[in-house]
Amino acid sequence: MPPLTPPKSGDALFSSVERVNAELFTLTYGAIVRQLLTDLEEVEEVNKQLDQMGYNIGTRLVDEFLAKSNVSRCVDFKETADTIAKLGFKMFLGVTATVTNWDAEGTTCSFVLEDNPLVDFVELPDTCQGLQYCNVLSGVIRGALEMVSMKTEVTWVRDMLRGDDAYEMRVKLTKQVPEEYPYKDDD
Amino acid sequence: MGREVAGSCLDGVVMEMVSAYCGRFYAAKPELAAGRIEAIGFQVGHQLSERYTMDRPRFTDHLEAIKFICKDFWSELFKKQIDNLKTNHRGTFVLQDNCFPWLTHVSLDPSMESTDATESDPALLGDTAAQTTSMLLYFPCGIIRGALTNLGIPCAVSADMSNLPACSFVVRIKT
Repeated sequence: MPPLTPPKSGDALFSSVERVNAELFTLTYGAIVRQLLTDLEEVEEVNKQLDQMGYNIGTRLVDEFLAKSNVSRCVDFKETADTIAKLGFKMFLGVTATVTNWDAEGTTCSFVLEDNPLVDFVELPDTCQGLQYCNVLSGVIRGALEMVSMKTEVTWVRDMLRGDDAYEMRVKLTKQVPEEYPYKDDD
Repeated sequence: MGREVAGSCLDGVVMEMVSAYCGRFYAAKPELAAGRIEAIGFQVGHQLSERYTMDRPRFTDHLEAIKFICKDFWSELFKKQIDNLKTNHRGTFVLQDNCFPWLTHVSLDPSMESTDATESDPALLGDTAAQTTSMLLYFPCGIIRGALTNLGIPCAVSADMSNLPACSFVVRIKT
């Protein structure tokens, strides 16, 4: 049985994890994107690689999240989305996201970020038009959700680097395998 | 202290960068992968050093700049100083960190290695953990070289990890 400890608050979670200088993180990510643009030439391929990196990171972060947050089974996708927005973003990036724009079926919603540590000091030159700079984040969400048996498609609909007023990613639940979610029997 | 994020975010992007360059892009050309990882570090070090020295007077000699790297710069990045600094007084400096955070925290996930390595040469998978660690170290080497270059000191930086989790960075100043 999972322990019956109540879930931690986002702030408590963030202060419980080991933290590092955000500048180092942000500049490292920026330098990676820049090098990928040089080496891969096609912007679309860079987008794909950033998404893949995010996916791989997400599959690992979800374990750390479940281990540290005391979050137990979410009843539906809605609760899952709220948990990610309030606790997941907070635990790892120190910011919270807003969940909004639900569709009627409750399977598609948006995460809106007004404060995004990934893009501090970033300005995109005109030559990077098609670049989805934050694709690592959408990849993380996709990877993390897949580990708890939720297949999703995640796309960016607003991006402050392109002049929008916030960051908004659209998350669409495409397939769910409920019996495996969220814990597997370890025996 | 300025803004912070979880350490696992930084570990995640660094590990994925190393794994992408060594596994997906340049699996058969480790020297090319190493060069790219070092170049990414160089850019990070160059920018950080610019930021952290904005309000300082210029360093008057190499030793002063190296001490800045060992104390202030390292503390900003890792919340600790370099533990030991040695020099031969002829342009070579050895900076030893007795417990380099990236070597103790970054764990190598075998499943990640295997998924990324599916298309690479099986012969390269032999000693993956040690190889990935040595590839990873091109990143901090690049950071140190970028930071010193920004301070007007061209140099070469290599890492010695024969004493894990201690790690020594050898800085050779070009004259």
